[in-house]
This record gives sequence, C-alpha cells and structure tokens, in this order.
Amino acid sequence: MACFIVPVSEAIVTTVAEKIVKKHEDRTDIKECDGKIPFSKKLKVLNSMLWGGSGLLAFEHVWHGEVTPWFPFLTNAANPVDLAEMLHEMATVGTTMALLVTAVWGVSMFAIEKIRNRKTDGANEEETAV
Amino acid sequence: MTLLITLMAAVISTVIWYVSDKARKLKTGVLCCSFWGAALMWLVDAVFEYRELKAGFFVPDGQDMLNDSFLGLSVVALALIVWVVTVLIKDPDGVLKSKK
Repeated sequence: MACFIVPVSEAIVTTVAEKIVKKHEDRTDIKECDGKIPFSKKLKVLNSMLWGGSGLLAFEHVWHGEVTPWFPFLTNAANPVDLAEMLHEMATVGTTMALLVTAVWGVSMFAIEKIRNRKTDGANEEETAV
Repeated sequence: MTLLITLMAAVISTVIWYVSDKARKLKTGVLCCSFWGAALMWLVDAVFEYRELKAGFFVPDGQDMLNDSFLGLSVVALALIVWVVTVLIKDPDGVLKSKK
C-alpha cells in the first residue's frame, strides 16, 4: 500500500547524515587508510540500498495502481478505513523493511571491515617476515 | 516471482561487480545496492504475505504469476535504465567530455 514510505523517510535522514559526515571528514582530513572505510562511504552504500530499493518498490505500487499522480497520491489515503489499514501496514511491513535493510547493511559493513583488516594484517606479517 | 527475479538480478550484478574492474568503474555498485535493497524489501513483503496465506503462498494462480514475472522484468529494466542514465551523467571514463 505505502510501505515504501518508511524506507524513503530513512533514506532522507541517512542522506543528510552522509553529507554532514562527509563535510566533517573533509575538514578533519580523514582518508581511507589502515583498512578502515570512511563512515561517509559506508553511509553511501546504505543510501543506495534504501533509495534504490524503495524506488523499485514505489514502481511496484504504481504498477498495482496504489500510487497516483494526483492528490492524495495514495489511493488508500482517500477514505479513513483504508487509511488506517495503510498506516498499520507502514508501521509493520514498512518498519520491518527499513530495519532489515539497515541490519543487513550493518552486518555486511562489519564483515567487509573484518576482511579488509585480515588482508592488511596478512600483508604486514609478510612484510615483517621479509 | 518479482522477489526471485530481483534476487537473481542482485546476485548477477554482484558477481559482475566483483570480477570486473571495468564494471566497478562503471558504478555497478549502485545497481547491486538497489537490487539488494529491493530484494530485501520484497522478502519482508513475502514473509508478511506468507503469514496471511500460509501454504497458499506457494501455489499462486497462473495469472498472478505471469503478472508478477512481468513486473519483475520491468523492475530490472527500470533499474538498468536508471543505472545507464547515471553512468552517462557521471561519465566516469570521460567519453562524453569534449576533447580539446
């Protein structure tokens, strides 16, 4: 119905956060080193997942005629009974979507950092052995 | 079907991103993230639908399946169009830049 609105809202917040973090990193001259990925780059991945995912999901809603180009834009927002159902779906399905995408992003970023550290450690050990 | 098609697109684009340096330069990472994001969202949708329909979820009617497959392919096509437009706008190889 309108579950994609929740990830879109999160995407807006994370996009603003990415811009702020990027500015801060530029000011403090934080660069990619020691296997560490700058946080702004990590946020960029989350933004791509949220914007891309919810964009494609919005297309599905247009396909099913749940989103219209005229007011109130969501067909279910036209009457109170459907509106309540829509809000319930946003609170359950939409929130779970946003949480799952964020959780998968968090786990994958943690794993990538670990893999990069393992590679850096391996290279350092080889250097000391030589 | 939409979920399956999007998942397959996510896996294929991730493999391409991983094996090809040229593909990474062409911003396939954005495409991967979009497909994974959409696939995760449809997975949640499928889980909630399964909770409602139980075993009926696995025996969709033919017309619905056809519509879902068509939707899945359209979703992949839309994502590819957005990606191509992004690549052309960012022009990472400088192909569209005027040569002096």
